[in-house]
Amino acid sequence: MSAHTSNTMTITLHVWRQAGPNAPGKLEQYEAKNVSPDQSFLEMLDEVNEDLIKAGKDPIAFDHDCREGICGMCSSVINGVPHGGQVRTTACQLHMRTFKDGDAIYIEPWRAKAFPIIKDLIVDRNALERITQAGGYTSCHTGGVPDGNAILVPKPDADYAMDAAECIGCGACVAACPNGSAMLYTSAKVAQLAVLPQGKAEAAERVCAMVDAMQENGFGNCSNHYECQAACPKGISVKFIAKLNREYQKALFK
Amino acid sequence: MRIFNSTVGRKLLMSISGQLLIIFVLIHLAGNSTIYFGWINAYAEHLHSMPPVVWVFRAIMLAIVGTHICYGVLLTLENKAANPTNYAVKRQLKASFASENMIWTGLLLAAFIVYHLLQFTAKMTPDVAWTSNQAVVDVFKMVVTSFSNAGIVVVYALAMVMLFLHLSHGIPSFLQTMGWNNDKTIPVYGTAGKVISAFLMLAYISIPATILVGLLKL
Repeated sequence: MSAHTSNTMTITLHVWRQAGPNAPGKLEQYEAKNVSPDQSFLEMLDEVNEDLIKAGKDPIAFDHDCREGICGMCSSVINGVPHGGQVRTTACQLHMRTFKDGDAIYIEPWRAKAFPIIKDLIVDRNALERITQAGGYTSCHTGGVPDGNAILVPKPDADYAMDAAECIGCGACVAACPNGSAMLYTSAKVAQLAVLPQGKAEAAERVCAMVDAMQENGFGNCSNHYECQAACPKGISVKFIAKLNREYQKALFK
Repeated sequence: MRIFNSTVGRKLLMSISGQLLIIFVLIHLAGNSTIYFGWINAYAEHLHSMPPVVWVFRAIMLAIVGTHICYGVLLTLENKAANPTNYAVKRQLKASFASENMIWTGLLLAAFIVYHLLQFTAKMTPDVAWTSNQAVVDVFKMVVTSFSNAGIVVVYALAMVMLFLHLSHGIPSFLQTMGWNNDKTIPVYGTAGKVISAFLMLAYISIPATILVGLLKL
């Protein structure tokens, strides 16, 4: 225990605090003491919140759910990078061992016009859902379970679709994009369905509807900085944006 | 029309107009290079012998440049509006100085094009005032005289640095927007963009530079 204790760190946090959507916000400073290197980033925030609650103060509001990197709920920009900048890692899977004793950490919410702040580090990401509602589905009659392999999908296509389907919809791509664009998110959904036989039937309508929904919901235009791919905790490739561009061109002539 | 209104459609217009401008940059460089072989007067005379072709070409170029600038400004304003608040701390992972400053390198290039046209096409700048009483302008003499002025050469060199920055992002970017990209080509295009734009910059600068140092003279 003593060896463990000697490893603990003291971290200075600068956290964005904002009481509500229209309230003014500002960075406030907190000391996180006795931080274990084995703690996750969110566990460190939990302990800071426990101290705030004990002191009768409002705890820091932040989004989280599964805490195992698959739900896409965590949404903090940590030291200027969504999810903290560790390759293919969500904020919940980021461990405090990546920081040093005495470090200062800046924690801010996703910032984009399409993501209004609800409170502190929590933003409203329904705009992403509205993009998917516009076309991120296949229309089919559901009935009995179809025979296995009734629809053949070549393995490379299945792999491609699975790579696109890795997107957890966290919105880090939007938060990282200098233009507040949701092209990586939108393209992952478009590409995943466009390559599969079930999705091909509606490919043209889908790409147009989803691109329109992206625009209507206040997201910016893609200018190929590729910040999105670099910040994506699932490593979604910008090759899917190229695929969206191809699908869109095909749709233009339909 | 979807292509003129949608985010991806307008990006396609930016990409296609950009590609046409790159083709012009290549053709213009080939034309300029005739100066090294002593053919520039013959080349200029050949162009001026077909006024309808020249004027149709100029009108098309104006339309292409206009499209590229209008949508460039419009998209940039929309992008600023979509990302109105700055992070207190922001660490870029992939975006470069070139990619983040396309609007500024582009507008500086537009300003340079205006200057360049006023100088060698309209002949309205002081350094080419002497050509006003010439029946036929000696293009070689005009270019060599103007580029003997170090200040003018510096302006041209800086403009070509803008061209390098603009195209080092513009080349990989137009390929991505056209959809001609995949995991294997992404890094290749990035490198090719830098190499091709560096070549264009150096090739264009070589003309005023060789004149300034006296390798090419009257």
